[in-house]
Amino acid sequence: MAEKFDVIVVGAGPAGTACAYTLAKAGVDVLLIERGEYPGSKNVMGGVLYRKMMDDIIPGFYKEAPVERPIVEQRFMMLDAESAVTFSYKGMEWAQEPYNNFTVLRAKFDQWFADQAVKQGALLINETVVTECIVENGKVIGVRTDRPDGDVYADVVVLADGVNSLLAKSLGFHKEFRPDEVALAVMEVLKLDKKIIEDRFNLEGDQGCTIEIFGDSTKGILGTAWLYTNKDSLNIGVGAMLSGLIKAKIKPYELLEYVKQHPMIRPYIQGTEQQEYLAHLIPEGGYNSMPRIVGDGVVVVGDAAQMVNAIHREGSNMAMTSGVMAAEAIVRAKEAGDFSRTMLDSYRVNLMNSFVGEDLKKYKDATHHFEKYPHYFEKYIPLMNKAASQMFTVDGTPKREKQKKIWKDIGGAGDKFKIARDLLAAWKVMK
Amino acid sequence: MLHIVACIKQVPDTKIIKMNPKTNTMDRASAPAILNPYDAHAVEEAVRLKQRYGGTVSVVTMGPPPAVKAIKKCIEIGADEGYLITDRAFAGADTLATSYSLTKALEKIGKILPIDLIICGKMTIDGDTGQVGPGIARRLDIPPLTSVKKVVEVNKEKGYAIVHRKLEDGYEVIQSTLPCLFSVEKEINEVPYSPLPNVIRAARYQPHIWSVDDLEGVDRTLLGLKGSPTIVAKVWPPEKPKGGEMLTGTPQEQASRILSLLLERKELFRDKEVTG
Repeated sequence: MAEKFDVIVVGAGPAGTACAYTLAKAGVDVLLIERGEYPGSKNVMGGVLYRKMMDDIIPGFYKEAPVERPIVEQRFMMLDAESAVTFSYKGMEWAQEPYNNFTVLRAKFDQWFADQAVKQGALLINETVVTECIVENGKVIGVRTDRPDGDVYADVVVLADGVNSLLAKSLGFHKEFRPDEVALAVMEVLKLDKKIIEDRFNLEGDQGCTIEIFGDSTKGILGTAWLYTNKDSLNIGVGAMLSGLIKAKIKPYELLEYVKQHPMIRPYIQGTEQQEYLAHLIPEGGYNSMPRIVGDGVVVVGDAAQMVNAIHREGSNMAMTSGVMAAEAIVRAKEAGDFSRTMLDSYRVNLMNSFVGEDLKKYKDATHHFEKYPHYFEKYIPLMNKAASQMFTVDGTPKREKQKKIWKDIGGAGDKFKIARDLLAAWKVMK
Repeated sequence: MLHIVACIKQVPDTKIIKMNPKTNTMDRASAPAILNPYDAHAVEEAVRLKQRYGGTVSVVTMGPPPAVKAIKKCIEIGADEGYLITDRAFAGADTLATSYSLTKALEKIGKILPIDLIICGKMTIDGDTGQVGPGIARRLDIPPLTSVKKVVEVNKEKGYAIVHRKLEDGYEVIQSTLPCLFSVEKEINEVPYSPLPNVIRAARYQPHIWSVDDLEGVDRTLLGLKGSPTIVAKVWPPEKPKGGEMLTGTPQEQASRILSLLLERKELFRDKEVTG
């Protein structure tokens, strides 16, 4: 006889675990199913975890959780082939509680987070793949796993099975994502002595630094590269829209190799030893690509619901918030004894009214806009580098003449008008 | 109804473990802890015998508290109960002290439910000795049957078991009285992907945890480091094999080089019986 739980959560990433944790804490009988050997073993992220949403779930979590370094400096590099314009913000308010964000290694962090859910009473099983939802009269009533006697039932199934959620797709909630709705990210963890990291990145003690790298790092394809500091390793990665990679016929690991060899990046990673290589899809279609997220007896959370803010590299925080809100809706549904789509819809309503929905709506055209006009990356970043080079090279030319030259380099009146128009358009999609 | 107890151990995964180059010892933090693969076959065989004859399968291990994870793995395979003996006094045990401690645990388990059969894996992958199984059998004064690759019959009513023992050039058929102890080869069975109900049960399961004080008639001088006469004089890594040839050039050049090498050394591949 197959077992029945109140809730089954499929996937022990940030969304699924946040959901299972919240449910278990509310006394709901929840089964959390993970396909990896342990939670986090298959999960990939650039490495920045925002403090706020996790803190809402487990206050003061960073005192116990395996976080790497609190970030005190965020640098932004506009890269050309042999130069870079960099700006940064460093602030000591980020070096103390409550902190802004942390670098984390997902294999460690997710495992810890899932342990906390288990301590609240969630039942976690690993190495189990959910192959389909069991549907009866249009209502999801359980899941089928790849194990013998693998059916298990529940009042509500939470799909937190990540980007390209096969389960949501099989329910008809979304179609196969298009290459312009997902980015492909590849990343390496590079081992480096703690002391060298602190010297090289100008850090004191456990403090950390992130560098976002735009422009030549993706050879003009819409995307970014990044370099983050962990305790005794660095995360270096690059992510670009799948459609752009296909069009440019560039393989992601070639792009990463190019970034690693770049004269502006190379000195940072000298003497490191490769520890891990990771690759993953990131859902970057935003608001316009969001699937249906509520059905009878089923809700979709996290990456599976395309919940990523590509412009602000936010994702895991949105995933956690969606997991919590789904859990809250399920608790209400349980009290009412009604697990219909109408009842569970409060999850969708609350989510869309929260920062998650607001931000997704705000940037709904951003990815598409930058994808459509590649010259932001291909042209303006080199232009910026050239202007900086002109201005700061002391060669006996008066500064006024240099300004004239920069102005001339931008092009004729038509080009200037075009830049003004592009900047205005960019402002419009970002504002 | 049989009561079968499998003795298991949690070990670092030696396939991925790193060695400390200075001390030549294993850096245990560098590899995840897993159920010793030979022991998984021992538990699986116990579960199969339970399915064949009816009864109960228990597992017992000695180790630090995280060894609960290895017991849960055994529950997934189909064991009914798990016992962990854990205590600082057990630390630093060699195979002699380990077999003594496990024997004391087995005596206590036997008081809860008399034991008909004990099954051990051939050896652990971190120690490679294969001594603990026979050590337990000697202390319990029951027959040890090592290198078991097939269990033909276990007959509780008539009090015997028949097994095949692996030999270098074949196998021998052995009949023993019960209770007895098997240590099993890995070819005895294949451990299948565990059924979902077992996995859910394992997630819920809390094993029995005993300290030294929970065991009876223990001579503390025989435990842990104190009870371990083994002295490790020196540890060194095996010499790296020398020689070999790295093939370079285009794929075509490499392929023709391989071909000519194979033809040069064809006597290596000739059937021994034909040539000799």
